[in-house]
Amino acid sequence: MIEARGLTKRYGDTLAVDDLSFDVPPGVVTGFLGPNGSGKSTTMRMIMGLDKPTAGHATINGRRFGHLPWPLREVGALLEAKSIHPGRSAYNHLWSLALTNDIPKGRVDEVLELVGLSSVAKKRAGKFSLGMGQRLGIAAALLGDPGVLLFDEPVNGLDPEGIRWVRMLLRSLAAEGRTVFVSSHLMSEMAITADHLVVVGRGRLIADTSVPEFIAKSSRQSVRVLCPRADALCGALTGAGATVAREDDGALVVTGMEAAGIGELAAAHQLPLHELTPQTASLEEAFMELTAGAVEFHGETLPPYAEAVAGQEPPWQQEAAS
Amino acid sequence: MTTTSLVRPVPLPHGRYRTSGVLRSEWTKLRSVRSTTWSLLAMVVISIGIGILATSTEAARWSQATLTDRLTFDPVSLSLTGLLFAQLAIGVLGVLVISAEYGTGSIRATFSAVPNRPLVLAAKALVFGVVALVVSEVVSFAAFFIGQAILTGSAPHATLSQPGVLRAVIGSGLYLTILGLFALGIGAILRHTAGAISVFVAILLVAPLILQALPEFIRDRVAKFLPANIGVTIISTSPNPEQAQAHPFPAWVGLGVLAAYALAALLIGGWLMLRRDA
Repeated sequence: MIEARGLTKRYGDTLAVDDLSFDVPPGVVTGFLGPNGSGKSTTMRMIMGLDKPTAGHATINGRRFGHLPWPLREVGALLEAKSIHPGRSAYNHLWSLALTNDIPKGRVDEVLELVGLSSVAKKRAGKFSLGMGQRLGIAAALLGDPGVLLFDEPVNGLDPEGIRWVRMLLRSLAAEGRTVFVSSHLMSEMAITADHLVVVGRGRLIADTSVPEFIAKSSRQSVRVLCPRADALCGALTGAGATVAREDDGALVVTGMEAAGIGELAAAHQLPLHELTPQTASLEEAFMELTAGAVEFHGETLPPYAEAVAGQEPPWQQEAAS
Repeated sequence: MTTTSLVRPVPLPHGRYRTSGVLRSEWTKLRSVRSTTWSLLAMVVISIGIGILATSTEAARWSQATLTDRLTFDPVSLSLTGLLFAQLAIGVLGVLVISAEYGTGSIRATFSAVPNRPLVLAAKALVFGVVALVVSEVVSFAAFFIGQAILTGSAPHATLSQPGVLRAVIGSGLYLTILGLFALGIGAILRHTAGAISVFVAILLVAPLILQALPEFIRDRVAKFLPANIGVTIISTSPNPEQAQAHPFPAWVGLGVLAAYALAALLIGGWLMLRRDA
């Protein structure tokens, strides 16, 4: 169980995290979603006691991180891919961590086996690929077999197989009753992995809700309709209170009325339908819509230099073309 | 599966993490990177190598030495000269023990396992201090014995039983150790390898040069506080060694002053560690 209460982090004039309060319960995967630069990593570092909050606090199993008697056995974190000395072997990295919390040597071999790094355990971590480094970070997080786990963008640098592996790992960790808190800027990834979502934008809490609820709340359901007599159907639909928009291929996109209602309305007016497709906005779209006002670098506030070059091809592209 | 195991899959052992574990962890970290081996090897080679060079040169030209040369000749400090060059190697290692953790980001893994930051720094200082002491003393005695063996036969040589000799040899090892700890403190304060090594080199090598440019009455008062000059006093058996120092600290007092620098740097470093984000 992780509890954040009024977590705030200010760097000079910038408010990186603004009064965040949320709970991360055990037994489910909780996604921590937000655009890049929205304060996710800072929040996770504050939970792990690495960064000091300007205000507020976070607890793990009811205690501040610094007061945990066995930190590694209670909470494991994959914070950034690079928390490893490149000159040290994967084995020695894990063993030096294990020693601090009385974790037996056998557990080091176990987690290395689990993340598939046994064969390169004695190699220097600096030689590792991005994905291998990420897996070593996951091994370090699991080292103390902790009940609470934090993962900051865990699929970064992983190949599709690795991404699937992480997804399954997160789900099975949660199924064992652990608290799993995983950050991502990719809504699509969270849609598959997470049960619950904590959504932030510009350091502020935007939503704290389940995944289906999040989609339902933030996306408009619409129905795509193809009708040879579009104009007539359009009139009937607006007459019945629905909102209709036209797409380039002549299809109508209807909101405010379900597919069944549209079908019945068309039948009542004796209008043939060639297509009737209910559409759900993708999670990605829902996310974009919700965080539209909360993205750090918004299109409307382009800096002068960016406006000056907007719409112009960079010179090197012209050179390449000529 | 019971209800408790749902919340925490594995029951926690009694008590809490211990200092012994943190010390063993720091020892594992120190011995598992190449920079440790290379720095210590450099220290051994420089100390003994320069000692051999210096003593063989002196042994060869002793027959032509002037009276003044012969009167001021100190076979002990000559054999230990190399240690004054090796201080750069121990300083680099001292800085790296902490700055490499910040540079690579591994400090976050360290603090995620041991939230007590001053304990981490103290464990690093203790482990590094013991390793530095053992290597420094071995190097110091080796340089002394090899140097004296080279001098024997052609020039006067010293033995450990002569007054001040054992103090100079043991003191030289201590000097390197404390200097290394001073560097570790600077590393903890600055956190950047290059910056910390630059500051260390500036204190050790640049400060004496700056002092040379200052008026004599200032120089005489300040010179004895410089680590490099403390080192020069420690490796010699004569009370006022060749380098122009008006009133040098006695060897043990000098070591005490140096130890105060190291302690101050480590305390400031520890205090900053508590205040700053990792």
